Amino acid sequence: MIEILSNYLTGALLIIGSAFAVVAAIGINRLPDVYSRMHAASKAGTLGSGVMLIALAIYAQDTGTTLRALAGVVFFLLTAPISSHLLAKAAYAVGYPMWKGTVLDEMPPDSRIGADD
Amino acid sequence: MNLYLVNILLALTWGLMSGSFSLVNLIFGFVLGMGALYLIREQVGSLGYFQRAWRVLSLAWLFIWELVLSAWKVAVMVMSPNMNLKPGIFAYPLRVDRDFEITLLANLITLTPGTLSVDVSEDRSTLYVHAIDCSDPDSTRADIAEGFERKIMEAFR
Repeated sequence: MIEILSNYLTGALLIIGSAFAVVAAIGINRLPDVYSRMHAASKAGTLGSGVMLIALAIYAQDTGTTLRALAGVVFFLLTAPISSHLLAKAAYAVGYPMWKGTVLDEMPPDSRIGADD
Repeated sequence: MNLYLVNILLALTWGLMSGSFSLVNLIFGFVLGMGALYLIREQVGSLGYFQRAWRVLSLAWLFIWELVLSAWKVAVMVMSPNMNLKPGIFAYPLRVDRDFEITLLANLITLTPGTLSVDVSEDRSTLYVHAIDCSDPDSTRADIAEGFERKIMEAFR
């Protein structure tokens, strides 16, 4: 009984996780500039991978695998915002233009490399 | 922090007594130990321990819930045929000043709907945030100040 339940739960979580991963991929394709793309990659991507890892943790029935899967989730939550922050910051520093529909840019003017030449 | 160690010790003792060190049994022992500490909270002064644990847990829960919410919003936006985007970067004046608090706040902001932290100023007084809908930066600023920043200050001050 418990096994059937956990199989259904695993399947449902895998489908939800992959759906979010697909949405993240579509978002990276459709959004106009690198900064908006980071939104799709950092949120939908993190949730998708996290949910799939949780599915693995439930399915595994083995303490070692479960612990490692959960540690993976935690590391995703910790690192995804940092990597997207660094990518956005680096893109801004080297002068990657913001999309033409951008309504506001309050970044300090000297944060682009070579801005003062 | 000492009480945290005592709690772990109690969990290990439970594992020893019940003869099984499986993860589920140890977690069960940890919860039992927490219950025991709660019973003698007046004597050992563990009330603060429970309050802090509760606040940190509620912050963690907020974190996960906001992540789900924001992933859902991104999904809806990406799948809609006409994406009505008004992106922009706004400056957010920080009230928290310790490094790990700023890091935590920046992470939380990145994982919330429509916002992504891009940079912190050199003097650690301003956070630069990219918002996918930047038509009303003032209300976004107020949301962050009233939501996450206040929660972080409550949990760690």
